[in-house]
Amino acid sequence: MPSDAITEARRQIQICNACRYCEGYCSVFPAIQMHRNFAEGDIVQFANLCHDCRGCYHACQYIAPHEFDINVPRALASVRQQSWKAHAWPSCVGQLFDRSALAFSSVMVVSLAILFWLTTAMRPASGEGFYSFMSHSLMVAIFVPSFLLPLIAVGISVRRYWKAVGGGSIRWQYIAKAVNSLARMDNLSGGHGEGCNFEDGDRFSNARRWLHQATLAGFLLCFASTCSGTLLHYGFGMEAPYGFLSVPKLLGVPGGILLCIGTAGLAWLKTKADPNLGVASAWGGEMAFILVLFGTSATGLILFAATGEPAVQFLLPLHLGFVLTFFLMIPYSKMVHGFHRLAALLRNAEMMSEDSSLRSH
Amino acid sequence: MPGSGSNKALDVLVIGSGNAALTAAISAREIGAEVLVLEAAPEVYRGGNTRHTRNFRCMHAGPTGVLPGEYGENEYFGDLQRVTKGNTDEALARLTIRSSEECYGWMQDHGIRFQPPLSGTLSLSRTNAFFLGGGRALVNAYCRTAANLGVQFVYGALVRHLELKDRRILRVDAEIEGETKSFFPRSVVAASGGFQANIDWMVDAWGPAARNFLVRGSPYNRGIVLRNLIDQGVDTVGDPAQCHAVAIDGRAPKFDGGIVTRLDCIPFSIVVNKHGVRFHDEGEDLWPKRYAIWGRLVAAQPDQIGFAIFDSRSIELFMPSAYPPVEAKSVEVLAMRLGLSKEALVATVEEFNNTCRPGTFRPTELDGLATEKLNPPKSNWARPISNPPFFGYELRPGVTFTYLGLCVSASAQVRAKGSPIENLWAAGEIMAGSILGEGYLAGFGMTIGTVFGRIAGCEAAAHAL
Repeated sequence: MPSDAITEARRQIQICNACRYCEGYCSVFPAIQMHRNFAEGDIVQFANLCHDCRGCYHACQYIAPHEFDINVPRALASVRQQSWKAHAWPSCVGQLFDRSALAFSSVMVVSLAILFWLTTAMRPASGEGFYSFMSHSLMVAIFVPSFLLPLIAVGISVRRYWKAVGGGSIRWQYIAKAVNSLARMDNLSGGHGEGCNFEDGDRFSNARRWLHQATLAGFLLCFASTCSGTLLHYGFGMEAPYGFLSVPKLLGVPGGILLCIGTAGLAWLKTKADPNLGVASAWGGEMAFILVLFGTSATGLILFAATGEPAVQFLLPLHLGFVLTFFLMIPYSKMVHGFHRLAALLRNAEMMSEDSSLRSH
Repeated sequence: MPGSGSNKALDVLVIGSGNAALTAAISAREIGAEVLVLEAAPEVYRGGNTRHTRNFRCMHAGPTGVLPGEYGENEYFGDLQRVTKGNTDEALARLTIRSSEECYGWMQDHGIRFQPPLSGTLSLSRTNAFFLGGGRALVNAYCRTAANLGVQFVYGALVRHLELKDRRILRVDAEIEGETKSFFPRSVVAASGGFQANIDWMVDAWGPAARNFLVRGSPYNRGIVLRNLIDQGVDTVGDPAQCHAVAIDGRAPKFDGGIVTRLDCIPFSIVVNKHGVRFHDEGEDLWPKRYAIWGRLVAAQPDQIGFAIFDSRSIELFMPSAYPPVEAKSVEVLAMRLGLSKEALVATVEEFNNTCRPGTFRPTELDGLATEKLNPPKSNWARPISNPPFFGYELRPGVTFTYLGLCVSASAQVRAKGSPIENLWAAGEIMAGSILGEGYLAGFGMTIGTVFGRIAGCEAAAHAL
């Protein structure tokens, strides 16, 4: 990993460790305070534990033009971005992070082209619903590998992360703590429950916290919907299209709506946020990621609404193009933040428990 | 800009935007006054020295919010008596202490959030309520609250002159964007802090040694308003030649280094001057009771510089520093890296080591592990400096605040020759010398600011409306 980001973050964190005014905001500062010296792995861990609430920046008496020039959100974002790049697998495509927006658009164009071509050129002779445009087996042949391969890539990248931060064996209690923290998104609570300082200077707001959870819940519901469809198809021989009161739709429609609201809101907040507190080169890729998620959910909902209409002919490949783009970009986009964040929360739970057992001895 | 030139009426003009100024502005606005805040610093540096604070000392009859137990008026006043050696105005002090209890709720109502005591501050956990995020977060919250109420702010507005005539402030002149603008407010609250960032004034008060002092707080606290009022004959209080100073990291910036330049290593070190010679008992008492004397001690040494020397056994016994200590494998090399005479430092360390006695070293209490026949002695925590690597910090006096201020009544009104100026009130550091005449009590400056800010704001608004 290029050391300038690490060096700069270390310089700032040493000042934070002598100050400690921010320790009530999130988990990062209590974690910092367990150390006196900071190895590279420690800083990578802080960077991925940071949820970018920006409370520490607005509370800091040492921001520029002060000569200490403290900007922890940006310093950690920079390390975070570099750590994802460094841990990506295969390593050669880690550079995609620097060109995420371009990568997203290219993958998008290619995916759309392939799917439009397939639905036209390889349209099956028979089939119900959207299977009349693309056969189930062809969909499986495309989407299973394009989902599983990125997942393997993410798995390898998280494994590399875990090694870099010195993680040990995982216990149930760490998982419980990490999942609890994720579910409440308590690192975006500001410590007092009034949220973070993201979209309007130093004003605290829970908008980002709620919108993130809408996105997360929507995503999980959509994922559950897909799983339930798979189960119905293979387990019960019940093939799509499913009715409105079926399990896949009862999960997928609210999921899609939540995902639309969440991602649209996050994209809007992102346009309001101070770019000086983030990594300029990452902005486009992050925005592209949010918009692809939005596109995936929006086209999915429209596709469902258009069931039986001729427009399905265009909407299906459009939707599938978004899905394919999203899948393929999982390991090389902002999507990895979720996996790394969960790992960082696990590692933090582990460190806190080691620390308290040290203290009790 | 309200109140400027012939524009619409201005009820209350507040000078400064620290804790006292903001509580005054909010209090005045809540009564219905039109309020304008003039701050000398640009917006990013608003808040004066409040930016560097983190708690306020709060009386409480029983567990209150983050504060456990109780802290009664008499215990509080006793603490104040002890640190000021009686150099306080008892009536004003008791008023401040009694009013501090209701400040807790008032602060919460106006956007301040409290948190359990920060790590490393256990000694304050019962008496001091910590603001979540520290002083700058408090300033941000108050500024939001004030702005939402309709208080107006102008940053980069340097108040140069208050025209005092016949016991009234007739006009306030401020320099804004290179132009002098005049304001004609009905009431004025002066909450513009002390003069510790005014080096020339410090040199006048202290002597040329003050040029070597570092100023821990805002470079904008130059005492221009204080000086202007003193020159027009208002009553002052507090010793003009005194300031509160602690020994801080010599590498700290000239201004505004704040909390992170603090060093807590002295009890576990020996401290030498630039000649490599010790000059005071480093283990006199527990650090929280002694840290405030070291600013003066270092200020009295040649070139106002000192060096704390310790070894690897002590490196983890105190709060980490913003700058890493100077490190060396031997005392000789450490001396070289610190710019000290090798022979002198080696001799001092050897003499110290030879006078250390066996015994149990207990870093968190007075362990009685004293040197034998050493002058000056080290009365506690004296164990040989012998385990490499060796470490050193350069120490310089860091000024926190000055004591000279405006003499006020219980209604925060400023006086001239013993009788009040009709429309001038003061709050915060600019008048704190009335109550804290000497010494230092953690979080008490914020208490004075909050209590007198509220009083000044209410009185100023009542006069104007």
